[in-house]
Amino acid sequence: MRLDVSLRKSFEGFAFQSEFRVEGERIGIFGRSGSGKSTLVHMLAGLLRPDSGEIRLDGRILYSSAEGIDVPPERRRIAVVFQHAHLFPHMSVLRNLLYGYKRIPKAERKIDPDALCRVLDLDRLLSRGVNTLSGGERQRVALGRAVLAAPSLILMDEPLTGLDEGLKYQIIPYLKSTFAEFGIPLLFISHSLNEMRLMTDRILEFESGRLMGETSGEELARRRMGTSQVGYINLLRLVRIGERDGLCTFRWGERELYLTSDACETGEVFELSSKDIMLFKRHPEAISARNLLPCRVTDVFEMDGRVGVELDCGGEKLVSEVVHPAVDELGIASGAEVFAAFKASAFRVLY
Amino acid sequence: MLDLISSDYQAIWLSAKVATTATVVSLPFGFAAAYLIVFTRMRGKSVFDALVNLPLVLPPVVVGYLLLLALGERGWIGSLLAEFDIRIVFTWMAAVVASAVVGFPLLVRSIRIGLEAIDDRLIQASRTLGAPWYDTLFTIILPLSIRSIFAGASLMFARSLGEFGATIIVAGNIPGVTQTIPLAIYDYTNMPGGEAMALALCLVSIVLSYTVLLINEGLAHRFHRERRR
Repeated sequence: MRLDVSLRKSFEGFAFQSEFRVEGERIGIFGRSGSGKSTLVHMLAGLLRPDSGEIRLDGRILYSSAEGIDVPPERRRIAVVFQHAHLFPHMSVLRNLLYGYKRIPKAERKIDPDALCRVLDLDRLLSRGVNTLSGGERQRVALGRAVLAAPSLILMDEPLTGLDEGLKYQIIPYLKSTFAEFGIPLLFISHSLNEMRLMTDRILEFESGRLMGETSGEELARRRMGTSQVGYINLLRLVRIGERDGLCTFRWGERELYLTSDACETGEVFELSSKDIMLFKRHPEAISARNLLPCRVTDVFEMDGRVGVELDCGGEKLVSEVVHPAVDELGIASGAEVFAAFKASAFRVLY
Repeated sequence: MLDLISSDYQAIWLSAKVATTATVVSLPFGFAAAYLIVFTRMRGKSVFDALVNLPLVLPPVVVGYLLLLALGERGWIGSLLAEFDIRIVFTWMAAVVASAVVGFPLLVRSIRIGLEAIDDRLIQASRTLGAPWYDTLFTIILPLSIRSIFAGASLMFARSLGEFGATIIVAGNIPGVTQTIPLAIYDYTNMPGGEAMALALCLVSIVLSYTVLLINEGLAHRFHRERRR
């Protein structure tokens, strides 16, 4: 998917003005509320008329003030998943799902509703009214409805913001498998760093209606380390092996990790804060933390007075946070060998 | 107790016919007016809005007199219709026009409340899923405002059953032709010994109006239940 955008739109007290070209399948639009993310979404979908500019999707002009083109929303083939699902309240789940599907020519119905229902786990819900669904179910139906319209692009406007923490991460695997399976390009709008890192490959950052530049989840996470109390959040993808001594063992790349047993049943992606990782210069013979890994320092970076140490632990990346004196005492520099230790209880399961 | 004579039955039948016709004919226009007010950004919307609501605040007699001027043989609509050999004043159609004009604001107000309650983003969602505006109108907007349409229609129907001031001026009070229930009651009250007859028709009027209200409530409940399923 290639998107060429050059748009201006001003409201009272706010002006959106940005120009960018972006290529990729999973693009993130990141920024705090009031940064113009939603304005951009509405202009892309054709729900808000820009003052001037141009929008091209894969070379096709959707809007051009110079040429007097303004393709109406129903012909743009851009589906939107809104923050609050916005399912049609007078229709069943099935009718909601098929709303867009029925409105495209038969030849373009390239997505099989049954397959989609399997991926999104909607089979049980089809005959239900939408007012009986939970927040997470509603969002899954909204996504299914958008996907079945076989759009050239799906815009997700803060789709997880209205959900509580637990639910939010339960949905992400559904989102990921849907986009992987059906190959629809995604523009994911959010102010949540974790969502950005899990859902997108490239990120455009907006602030007060302007594009600040392209960035990556890694860069945003490092920046967050400088400002946030929780430090840099490592996202670890683990594969469960079994149980030993009342702890759960997981495979992480070539290494094996111990987690407290509450993580046994669920989870494949876990959070681990940089503040929970301790570094040792030599192997400590005995320590209470259950995870001790030999790692090599690959990068040392500073963010607002805090020092982040990027480690390569058997092919997997980990970021630890230390203070300045520790850097000198341990002789931390790129290429140095250290031991990283963290507790079995330091992990938080995301999904 | 109900000693109705044939002219009474005619009045009841005529009332029902006038109110039904006025309501049915006004419905599409009422919906269109409400749609314009709620969903479009036309210029002079407030002027249009005020114009629609004007009959609500004008004395019905004034409305009737203005209609008589417009629809009469020398009126601009009347003379136009006369060319096609159509005469409206002092026929039952005049009673329909009077009821339609007087009841129209009630219809529009009610539908408008229903339309305003529809979340804009449902409409946007339907558009982005490939529905042109007329498709959205029939599959989203109409089903979601159907309760308010029924409410408006029954309000208007009830108002038409009671229409007196405008009707008597533009349609007259001709038994069997334009004499609806209120006009018949008016005649009885001016007639010595007509009290019993007037009361009987009052009772009929009450029963009719009450039935309309009950049907409206019943429909409202039904749609409400369906939405909650």
